[in-house]
Amino acid sequence: MAKIKDTGLIQDEPLIFEQGGKGRKGYSLPRWDVEVAEAQSLIPTQLLREELIGFPQLSEVDVVRHFTRLSQWNYGVDSGLYPLGSCTMKYNPKVNEEIVKMSGFSNIHPYTPEDLSQGILKLMHELQSFLAEITGMDEVSLQPAAGAHGELAGMMMVRACLEARGERRKKVLVPDTAHGTNCSTSTIASYQMVEIKSNEKGVIPSEKVAELMDDEVAAIMVTNPNTLGLFEENLGKIAEVVHRKGGFVYCDGANLNALMGILKLGDLGVDVVHINLHKTFSTPHGGGGPGAGPVAVKNELAPYLPIPVIEKDGEIYRLNDDRPYSIGKMRAFYGNFGVLVKAYAYILSMGAEGLKRVSEMAVLNANYLMKKLKGHYHLPYDRPCMHECVFTDRFQEKYHVSTLDIAKRLIDYGFHPPTIYFPLVVKGALMMEPTETESKESIDRFIETMVQIAEEAKEHPDLLRQAPQRAKVRRLDEVLAARKPKLRWTGNQ
Amino acid sequence: MKFPEELLYTESHEWVKNEGGEVIIGLTDYAQHQLKDIVYVEIPEVGLKFRKGESIGVVESVKTVADIYSPVSGKIKEGNITLKDHPQFVNEDPYGKGWLVKMEIQDKEELEGLLSARDYQGLLPKE
Repeated sequence: MAKIKDTGLIQDEPLIFEQGGKGRKGYSLPRWDVEVAEAQSLIPTQLLREELIGFPQLSEVDVVRHFTRLSQWNYGVDSGLYPLGSCTMKYNPKVNEEIVKMSGFSNIHPYTPEDLSQGILKLMHELQSFLAEITGMDEVSLQPAAGAHGELAGMMMVRACLEARGERRKKVLVPDTAHGTNCSTSTIASYQMVEIKSNEKGVIPSEKVAELMDDEVAAIMVTNPNTLGLFEENLGKIAEVVHRKGGFVYCDGANLNALMGILKLGDLGVDVVHINLHKTFSTPHGGGGPGAGPVAVKNELAPYLPIPVIEKDGEIYRLNDDRPYSIGKMRAFYGNFGVLVKAYAYILSMGAEGLKRVSEMAVLNANYLMKKLKGHYHLPYDRPCMHECVFTDRFQEKYHVSTLDIAKRLIDYGFHPPTIYFPLVVKGALMMEPTETESKESIDRFIETMVQIAEEAKEHPDLLRQAPQRAKVRRLDEVLAARKPKLRWTGNQ
Repeated sequence: MKFPEELLYTESHEWVKNEGGEVIIGLTDYAQHQLKDIVYVEIPEVGLKFRKGESIGVVESVKTVADIYSPVSGKIKEGNITLKDHPQFVNEDPYGKGWLVKMEIQDKEELEGLLSARDYQGLLPKE
């Protein structure tokens, strides 16, 4: 029997494998009307397990309580501020959930014929045109299942287009501020990655691109605003340089939350961009998705879009597979459809003016946060930011307190920590993105907490080093966990 | 931090020990110090050939992942397989038990382009 612990309402919950009792179950079947046969007589013995070690036997209430308790340890954007930079953890309006639950959306079978799924196709076609409008691009595919998947689709289209021209280019330029996925994408698309160093202002200098750009370079992958939360002010010029040598400009649209209704990336010379619906267009994410990473292109790349492409023929919507230049299918059926419905609902409920306001508020909130924390924390790029800002632990170093300690201390105050140690170009980075959905009171509370933590670092640094103290678990041994990971439950031994 | 006089160094924080036709390669004390607790080291297979400056492997710490660059051109003769179970050797003993690979060197003149302990230390940020 488990030891009694006074954990109060923290509800110290054992693993589900450690619970239950022999013969307990959560179902009741009618009396059998067939003869009972032993498993051995029906299934070859080499396929049978001799023993199911620790397989839990539980009642319905056991299972419900277990998962309810676990969910109570959770911290999400519905519980409080979630300032995870580069991730746009904004509040997800519940109306999106209501819409996607409608039977016509949630119960339709993917093999339903075109003429019986016109509403679905119309929604997807309209979502494509909304995204094309917002990004300033010509055509869109909704298939990619996540941002990195959209990147891959985009770079595969670049490769296909270059090959159709008879060009086999080898390199892709990626700035040192890029998301790690840009490096992976260019590698998986069989390109050699060439790094561009950002300048002292935190952006890519066009002269540097001009130096590196030759007829071996297929594309440049740029994130705008970049991961320092700064606007890539030279992008227009960079696009000119790249285009002049026959290359393409890929934009990672992960940070689109700063630009909606204010600037169209297509106008800056971007040829292909992916959009993270689960970030900018407010569908829940974290813990592995599902997300959606539609990819938008200019006309030159449109023949290479993944199939099927949704087309409007008079008043009828069709799925077109007959696209000889297409890179093929990127995802089973039509992408993560539920996420698409939520994004569509979000865009319609916000409207054009609303989306513009979203970006204005996201940028305003981040600048407010930056201004208020400047002086308490070291700001490596001291200039107006976009939707997120990056500080470091340089002022706290002399008290032997690190970014990790600051992040852990935030947990004691009931906040989810920001992104830490990213982007890599900033030593000890603390990257914060308040998003537009936080009220001034909420941001002020976060600011006051951060200021207090900066004071504690001077006066009582141990409070930070030993944090978190008021959480379900104390600080974990990340080194041991990484060196000797335990990836599966191995019984009660 | 220590930087043994008899070793050669690269700007990307590898050290090289010249043993005639063969070199031993590792990460410097500064590099392991910056990376902090190393949790995984990926080293290349024996027999693979690399050009100077190419990535020969990856070192991963709790905080970050960094490439290991080949200081010279040549062929991998041996990898330090003990790092698979004991990546912490790179932290504990970067010039000894934490060595990464032995390489057959293609062009001895490349060694002349590497840095002395003094020059390498001169490149490190003053903190």
